[in-house]
Parts: sequence; structure tokens; C-alpha cells
Amino acid sequence: MQDLTSSTRRGFLGLAGSAALCGAVPIVTVRPAQATPAMLASAIRNVVGEAEVHTGKVKLDIPPLVENGNTVPMTVSVTSPMTESDYVKSIHVFNEKNPQPNIGNFYLGPQAGRAQVSTRIRLADSQKVTAIAQLSDGSFWSTSVDVVVTLAACTEEVL
Amino acid sequence: MPSALINVPKNAKRGDVIEIKALMSHIMETGYRRTAAGDLVPRDIITSFTCRYNGTEIFRADFFPAIAANPFISFFTIAKDSGKFEFEWIGDKGFSETASASILIE
Repeated sequence: MQDLTSSTRRGFLGLAGSAALCGAVPIVTVRPAQATPAMLASAIRNVVGEAEVHTGKVKLDIPPLVENGNTVPMTVSVTSPMTESDYVKSIHVFNEKNPQPNIGNFYLGPQAGRAQVSTRIRLADSQKVTAIAQLSDGSFWSTSVDVVVTLAACTEEVL
Repeated sequence: MPSALINVPKNAKRGDVIEIKALMSHIMETGYRRTAAGDLVPRDIITSFTCRYNGTEIFRADFFPAIAANPFISFFTIAKDSGKFEFEWIGDKGFSETASASILIE
């Protein structure tokens, strides 16, 4: 895990540098850069810090095959008793290939009764969607789902 | 003209887990699209959604451009006392909208 993060860090910095360079050049015909797995990893690090992310407890309901990436229904639920001493603090959803790795952050508490959130999202490409939940004891749990998108969102032209 | 659609049960028993749904009409312009002339369309999204139950915050969300237009959100809460749910959406270009719904606890 440590080796993985350090090796992708170089790749990420290189990409960030080239992205900044593209931004500085006034020619704007290039399509926005896609988020990369490295950007996804760094966005996740921003949320979880140095904490270990376990697999499990989180369920991500999203259609495996999406016709229109402009509106994709998504439900995240977390297995939790939702009591004062053991509850879900927050749920964070990320993607791999949209221009930005973040999708949404949702903050709940023991008063929720059920740790479940639904919304509709955009997906620019077939990609992996990751949901991470932070529990009241500070631990992080995650799940990932692969989604195939036939009509991409976000980057099409406006007429 | 922004408008909200709220779905909160009118009645509930104390201790019930109830579902709350909220939809706000909004274009959620990502900031990554271009006009035919090649100009970037500036970002215009809702960035934050908050729900308060009798004044106490029970749910909050940060939205990013990857949230679909007319952001819809559904979440749960435990019915405690009769009263009011207040919803607030805040976004780019000074966007700020509120809505409310009341609930009667039997």
C-alpha cells in the first residue's frame, strides 16, 4: 500500500504539472483532462488522511449499465446500528474518470436512524465509482462498483 | 425561477425512521462544457444542501459538478417531535433557496 501511494505520487505530480501547463496556454481546444486513478487516490487521501480504508460495510447501488451518463441514480447504504455510540458520520462518493474525482459528501449522524443516501449523479465515461463511509469510531469503510456508460455526460458541446 | 420539491411524511409515530426527499430545480452547469464558439461555460452549481429539524441540523451534503441537474437527495431521520423541517440550498453566483415542510407526530 505504501509503495503504491509513493509510486503514483510521482505520476500525479507529473500530471498536475502538465495540467497546469495546459491551463497556462491560451489555446483552449483541448477537452478537460480526465481525473486519473492518481487523482482519485489523492482525493480519497484528502478525506481519510493517513487512516486505513477497510473494504466492506458499504453498499453502492448503481446500475451496472447506464445509457445516459447525465443522470445516474445512485444509493449508498452502510451497515450500522446508528446508535449514539456507533453511527455513520459521513459518506463520500468518488469517481475515476470525470473531470473531477469528487461526486458528493454527505454528513449524517445518529439521528438519521438509517445510514442511506440517494441522489443522481453524472458519469463522463465508463468507470469505477467508489463510496467511503466514516464511522463514529473514526474507521473508514469502502466499496467500489464498475459502471458502463454509453452516453457520456459533462463534456458535450452547448449549442 | 428556482423551485423545490419536498417529500416529508405528514404524520409519523415517535421513533419511526422516515425518509425525506428533496429536489431543487437547478442547471448544475459543470464548468467543463463549451459553447459552439469554444468558450468555456462558467461553473454554476449548488455546492451545499442542509436540512434542519426543529432548528437542529440533521443532514448536510456538499455537491460537486458530478451531481446531476436538478439535484435530488433522499435521506433518513428518526421522527422525534412535531415541527418543521427546513431545507437550504446554497450555490454559485449567490444562489440561495430555502423550503420547509411540517410533520405531525402522533
